Amino acid sequence: MKIILFLLEKEFKQIFRNKALLPMLLGVPLIQLIILPLAADYEIKNINVAFVDHDRTTYSHRLVEKIKATGYFKMTGYSTTYREADRLIELDRADLVLEIPSQFENTLIREGKGHLFLAVNAINGTKASVGASYLSRIIADFNADIRFQQQQESSKTRRGRIAIQTSNWYNPHMDYKYFMVPGILAFLVTMIGGYMSALNIVKEKEIGTIEQINVSPISKHHFIIGKLIPFWLISMVVFSIGQFIVSRYLYHIIPVGNIFLLYLFLAIYLVAILGFGLLVSTYTDTQQQAMSVAFFFVMIFLLMSGLFTSVDSMPPWARAFAYLNPVTYFIEVMRGVVLKGSTFNDFQGHLVKMVGFALALNTWAWFNYRKTS
Amino acid sequence: MTSDITIKTLRLSKAYGHFKAVDQISFEVYAGEIFGFLGANGAGKTTAMRMLCGLLEPSSGEASVAGFDVYRRPEAIKKRIGYMSQKFSLYEDLTILENIRFFGGIYGLTYAQIREKGKLLTAELGLEAQAHSLVGSLPLGWKQKLAFSVAVLHDPKIVFLDEPTGGVDPITRRQFWDLIYAAAARGVTIFVTTHYMDEAEYCDRVSIMVDGRMVAMNSPEQLKLQYKAGSMEEVFYQLARKAQRSD
Repeated sequence: MKIILFLLEKEFKQIFRNKALLPMLLGVPLIQLIILPLAADYEIKNINVAFVDHDRTTYSHRLVEKIKATGYFKMTGYSTTYREADRLIELDRADLVLEIPSQFENTLIREGKGHLFLAVNAINGTKASVGASYLSRIIADFNADIRFQQQQESSKTRRGRIAIQTSNWYNPHMDYKYFMVPGILAFLVTMIGGYMSALNIVKEKEIGTIEQINVSPISKHHFIIGKLIPFWLISMVVFSIGQFIVSRYLYHIIPVGNIFLLYLFLAIYLVAILGFGLLVSTYTDTQQQAMSVAFFFVMIFLLMSGLFTSVDSMPPWARAFAYLNPVTYFIEVMRGVVLKGSTFNDFQGHLVKMVGFALALNTWAWFNYRKTS
Repeated sequence: MTSDITIKTLRLSKAYGHFKAVDQISFEVYAGEIFGFLGANGAGKTTAMRMLCGLLEPSSGEASVAGFDVYRRPEAIKKRIGYMSQKFSLYEDLTILENIRFFGGIYGLTYAQIREKGKLLTAELGLEAQAHSLVGSLPLGWKQKLAFSVAVLHDPKIVFLDEPTGGVDPITRRQFWDLIYAAAARGVTIFVTTHYMDEAEYCDRVSIMVDGRMVAMNSPEQLKLQYKAGSMEEVFYQLARKAQRSD
């Protein structure tokens, strides 16, 4: 036990003495937490739309005005030939082209139907698909308005109409920041913990001090615990600042669920992630190698964690990977507890898996760390 | 000098594929002696030493250090030895006293012992004024003396020194050897590798390694007689010139 105290004393002295390390550990993730959610916003705005209006009637003008009035679209072209609009797509100045045929108003009034043509620039897939679906909804809405109007004018026929009212649970305004901030915070803590523990131990290999440790009778578990505790504490501090200062005062996110539950999971999760860093350090000899290997895995962890894309919509093989990824579980817990107010019962399975990850990664690292090579 | 054997090897070898870094070396080191381990670069000195320290597992052969087998009880050996590697390996971002405290701590010294050792060592090395400065700011010679003192901090039975005076000026080298003599006088067995043949003369016995094999082992006087040489330097030239490999 006393040996761990000596190790901790030494680690903390080195950490606080390193002028670049502490500001980097505390500053970088917080700056990222401030910047990333602003950019990682699925709400698509400023969709450039070009109109080709062959009709030029009241109805066609009303449709165009309605689309512009939503605020999601920016009109970058209004022409009477399709060729002009096509050119705008080629120049990447239009994401969507809505073509209104001639006789649009006429056929709509006389025959009760109209055809519109929507061309989508699918290079930016998300923007295109979201834009097209927004636009379809607006047109459907426009359609409903016209019918309603016609019914009132000649109330001979009363046709039934299905209206859908959606309500977004747990995030009523569908504000993506509520969704992204907890996830990004979870991920930043992962990065800090993973990189820090990997680099720290490999640095001792690089400068040769590990040799002096390995030739001493210190036991492997003492050494590992002495290395993990400082980074565990620092990661906790980073998380707390992110949660109680940045999330709360910048994004006004106050966890709905129990904060202690969150910390329980965080505590175990960090052991798993630090164990991952430790494992990387046992397989590598230089900081450069450790950084590359850790980066490789952290990228996979990031993209396959459900942070940006839903795990459920991944192909089966990718879903299998996602469930082998501790980050997936912690992000689910974060979002569940912060947004939904999930309780311990909801995440019992997650707890078991996280303890499993923590034990497996650290045991593997323990076996692979050899004082005698 | 007593005749208790503290290090004993029998056909100890380390091979990396076809390359035999250490090729069947057999020798004994007696308690309290200064045993010089000579050889050109790449002769296998460091590899042999790392096996004896429990840092490297031998490929074949036998070895025991301080009465413990290197295969089965490396951790028991580690409690009883001190080691100073070729590469300076104290923490440069800690002060002299902090290094002493840390290494004392991991060898299980009490706080009182650490304080006492700290005072004693800094006084012995004449580093009282620098006790609170970072090790990284010290000149090389002082670092090496400090590294030696830390290696014998926990009063080991044997201390292994891997080229401890490489790159150090002659005056500091002389002072370093005073430290070695002082430790030997306390009964510590010294196992030292060196390139400096004047240092070989200071040893009780020396062995010379060429291409992973041990080609000579005796007291410097006997070796000089045997090879009809005026100095250890000449003995070394005669033997090391036959080397096939170089780095």
